[in-house]
Amino acid sequence: MSPGALALSIIFGIVFVGSCAGFLAAKKRQLNLEEWAVAGRGLGVILVWILMAGETFTAFSVLGISGWIYSKGGPTLYVLVYLTLGQILCFFIGPPLWEFGRRHGTQTMADFFGRRYGSTFLAGFVALAGVVFLVVYLQLQVTSLGIIVNVASFESVGRTPAMFVATVVVAAFVLVSGVRGIVWVSVLKDFLLVFVAFLVGTWIPYAHFGGIGAMFAAVEQAKPGHLTMPGATTNYGHSWFISTVLMNCLMFTWPHFFGGVFTAKSGEIVRKNTILMPLYMLPLALIIFAGCAAILVAPGLKNGDLALLTAVRKTFPPWILGVIGGAGALTAMVPAAVQILTASTLLAKNVYRPLFSPAMSEDDIGRVARVAVVVITAVALYLSVHSSTTLVGLLLLAYSGVGQFAPGIVLGLFSTRVTARGILCGLVTGLSVTGVLVFTHNDPVSGINAGLVGLLANIAVVVGVSLVFPLRPENSMASSAEQTGG
Amino acid sequence: MRKPSIVSLVLAFIPFCGLCFSVPIWDRLNPHVLGLPFNMFWILAWVSATPVLMSIAFRIEKRR
Repeated sequence: MSPGALALSIIFGIVFVGSCAGFLAAKKRQLNLEEWAVAGRGLGVILVWILMAGETFTAFSVLGISGWIYSKGGPTLYVLVYLTLGQILCFFIGPPLWEFGRRHGTQTMADFFGRRYGSTFLAGFVALAGVVFLVVYLQLQVTSLGIIVNVASFESVGRTPAMFVATVVVAAFVLVSGVRGIVWVSVLKDFLLVFVAFLVGTWIPYAHFGGIGAMFAAVEQAKPGHLTMPGATTNYGHSWFISTVLMNCLMFTWPHFFGGVFTAKSGEIVRKNTILMPLYMLPLALIIFAGCAAILVAPGLKNGDLALLTAVRKTFPPWILGVIGGAGALTAMVPAAVQILTASTLLAKNVYRPLFSPAMSEDDIGRVARVAVVVITAVALYLSVHSSTTLVGLLLLAYSGVGQFAPGIVLGLFSTRVTARGILCGLVTGLSVTGVLVFTHNDPVSGINAGLVGLLANIAVVVGVSLVFPLRPENSMASSAEQTGG
Repeated sequence: MRKPSIVSLVLAFIPFCGLCFSVPIWDRLNPHVLGLPFNMFWILAWVSATPVLMSIAFRIEKRR
């Protein structure tokens, strides 16, 4: 068996086992919308942790950060920092959000906006914007899948067929088993990912340099300044770091975070989960070590996203490449599944229903959502085949957009004076400012993350509009419900 | 919704100071600790300390 075929069959084996776990999870359960989208609000602390870790630590964790430390250097450290600080914010946002979800029966982020602000239009707008950012994030996973299978098979399988097969499998188990199926695939994925991180983070430095300390010494000597900021870049310095960390740590603004929170049995489970999550940074750091080693082990790659797998290929026998590739593939498939599920629920429940048939039952929404799964998967696949942006570039773009939901969420939970009109105007302002800056290539703008500039404008508009047009007493139903309930 | 207590918010703010705002101070290579460049060691140390701080905040929030 050629090395490529061996590695490839192990990857397929792992993906097959993972998918079976996904398919089996749904057996014997009646799959209504509530079960499909939020697992009947019945997951305990371990499963919630695995689901949340599964959707937070994506294929980007494996390929993107090792690729960035390889090509850009020091600025990569922002990932470890924002993921840790983001959990602190989730500590405060998670439990009240869970409580709101239980009381009002909300399943999606747009449901939350709709109920809290009493505006179907705002809910629909949030849903549409959320779907766009989810598709960008999804594209990131699909692109990673293509890279993994392509490199691990020694280029014998092209990226496009690899992306096609893998996304069809993902869409299939989302259709069949919903969020509970994803959790069980995630169990396997987490074990493999931690194992792989330890393997590549310790063995690649050891095999080529004799240890992690010696590896860093060699990299620092070969490329002075690479491992501090701005590293190999010119404009990713300390002000970029601070502003990007502040922007990206608004992780609770991702629509799938809402889904994750609503799957939990209690708000306390959500909170405990946020305390444990930073521990997951340690395997992530090991992957960064491996990316550092790749600077000297696999020099001269044009696309940094290939760095880790190329270094792995130069260090390990093909079957280990297969195990690593399989772990990487699952690491792309789990978040991809969560994102497909979240986006299709948003589209069916918060966009399609109010527009075309307000009288739809939950079961009808479930059926439309399944059609949406197919549409969204197809769009993401198309974009992945026709896009050339690197992984981190895509991710930063999506985070800048999704962060604009923050005022609506935080003020919605903790303030009674903010209005639907204020939130909507702020959101439009924030998205426009960010969009203009990013697409005119002004991100970062004088060293500051464009999303944060948009967010500041967003907050100013929310506060201004809410103060100038305050709630009239007959319109303040949603907020008075808040006061009595809190 | 009930707002969180001041003490928990202060506890939560500490890692933001340690990991984010103070970056110009710790973003350097020397001294190396455990073979790691100083910036990586610093981040990993704070990442390990954060769950401790937040479990204290958890206790405080639970008692209220």
